[in-house]
Amino acid sequence: MSAAMKVRRTNWYYVRSVIFYLFLLFLYGPIFVMAVLSFQGETGGLTFPMRGVSLHWFGDVFNPSYIGDFRWPWGRSVILALIVMVLTMTISFLAGLAFRKPFFGNSIFFYLVVTSLVAPSILISLGIGRAFTSLGMESAWWSGALGAHLTWTLPFGVLIMLAVFSRFDPRLEEAARDLGSTTWQTLKSVVIPITLPGLVGVALFGFTLSYDEYARTSQVSGEFNTLPLELVSVTGTAATPSLYAIGTITTVFSLLVIAISFAALYVIQKRRTGGGSYAPSE
Amino acid sequence: MAPMIERMQRYTTALQLTPLGITLLLFLIGPIVVILITSFWKFNGFMTTPDFVVKNYVKMFSSGLTLDNYLETIRIAAIVWVTTAVLGFIIAYYLVFDLLTLKSKMLLFLLCVVPFWTSGVIRMIAWIPFLGKEGVINRAFMGIGITDEPLEFLLFSEFAVIMSYVHVFTLFMVAPLFNTMAKIDPALIEAARDNGAKGWQILLHVIIPLCKPGIAIGSIFVISLTLSDFTAVRLLSGANVGTVALSISNTIGSLNFAYASANSLFLLIVLLLIVGGIMRIVDVRKQL
Repeated sequence: MSAAMKVRRTNWYYVRSVIFYLFLLFLYGPIFVMAVLSFQGETGGLTFPMRGVSLHWFGDVFNPSYIGDFRWPWGRSVILALIVMVLTMTISFLAGLAFRKPFFGNSIFFYLVVTSLVAPSILISLGIGRAFTSLGMESAWWSGALGAHLTWTLPFGVLIMLAVFSRFDPRLEEAARDLGSTTWQTLKSVVIPITLPGLVGVALFGFTLSYDEYARTSQVSGEFNTLPLELVSVTGTAATPSLYAIGTITTVFSLLVIAISFAALYVIQKRRTGGGSYAPSE
Repeated sequence: MAPMIERMQRYTTALQLTPLGITLLLFLIGPIVVILITSFWKFNGFMTTPDFVVKNYVKMFSSGLTLDNYLETIRIAAIVWVTTAVLGFIIAYYLVFDLLTLKSKMLLFLLCVVPFWTSGVIRMIAWIPFLGKEGVINRAFMGIGITDEPLEFLLFSEFAVIMSYVHVFTLFMVAPLFNTMAKIDPALIEAARDNGAKGWQILLHVIIPLCKPGIAIGSIFVISLTLSDFTAVRLLSGANVGTVALSISNTIGSLNFAYASANSLFLLIVLLLIVGGIMRIVDVRKQL
């Protein structure tokens, strides 16, 4: 590829650049406005102008008065997201291992996974809710909602693992076996380290898709709300800038989670090139 | 020896698939069966009771509201699909072909992805101070003098809903397109150019055909997300928009689970037909 050819800039290049940066503005603009408004003064409202600057609405989040108490729903959402994350990683990884060789019924599994991806969230939620009711049980965020979230995170997890394993060279595993590794050793020292970046991706997807899920949770959360449910219910009624404050806090929290994940990926990559594992470096 | 290894391998495969199978059986197939059964139940105005009547289906297919909701939903989905596809294509193109170093590609791609990892509900709510009567856009427009009165159609309208969909779903188009475009061998483009192809010819005859799998995967995401969402409609349409999923959610609110079941089952079938059609045109599985 000659660099000279690539650098030839047409007018369309500038059009595309402008569209790209406008898109970034479009992506971040509303979030930025929300973040600014969460510092609204005590007498200010949901929109501009700012009537002073204060931390009043952040205080409201942590000392709830008449708006809902966000702390418990938030805690539930984080715990649920962590459970979903671990389950999604494990189940998808195992399924990815199985899918490497053709087996009887593999397209049935594949199409089931696709169905799970595209099924209307309201159908899943209502179906699980009705199933619980007909069994005489009450669904809760840690039972019915957990299952509902898995139907959403697993397709992403399984499809990512399929892609990861299709780029995985089976000869590496054979080589490990020929050199006397047991199945477990091969898995631990060859397969997992090589697929680790993909697994971290699956974990990120699992966590955020669950943490964020509203529609699939709507009929199955039972007595206690998760954070998205609480947010939607508050928007309808007692909306104050504390809604933006909780938005800002959770956004910062999400950004921290991403930063930590990428730092972890970076460390993994560094360690890998530094040797010590049986896995080849990229 | 060989048959034994083969059998062991089969056991291993079965064991590896068991967790996925059980989860999908319990939380996907099970609920669909429950919905199918419930769709034949009867609603007496207060509660849904077991029965075997086709009333719900008759009501659904004879109601003008069903048709209206589908027309509105499909129109919104079509607008969102075309917008995200065009926008997603341009963004992916910019990232893959216009940026020169891998580092800048990765960095800007990441910038597009980061908002995806923040709460979707929050990102929908974030439009309220932006589009509202007193919002940023109206203040800016009135400040510059584009309008004298605040534009009312911006918030609590179909416009706001579509805006929010484009905001949240474009990434689902960008990511698969980025992936397929990055796999295109630059030599192919160079060859086309050497053979005298113009810019638009290269785009039409080389790049777009090679991007088909990415467009297909992105379309599956965007269409199914748009057709099943009711959160954005609830938060941003101000009861001015009636979509299929929202009407199902409202039906559930009135405790008519039977009618809601029939409707959601039909929505599932519509979605599966669309996605099946896309997968028929493009072999998505080969792309993985």
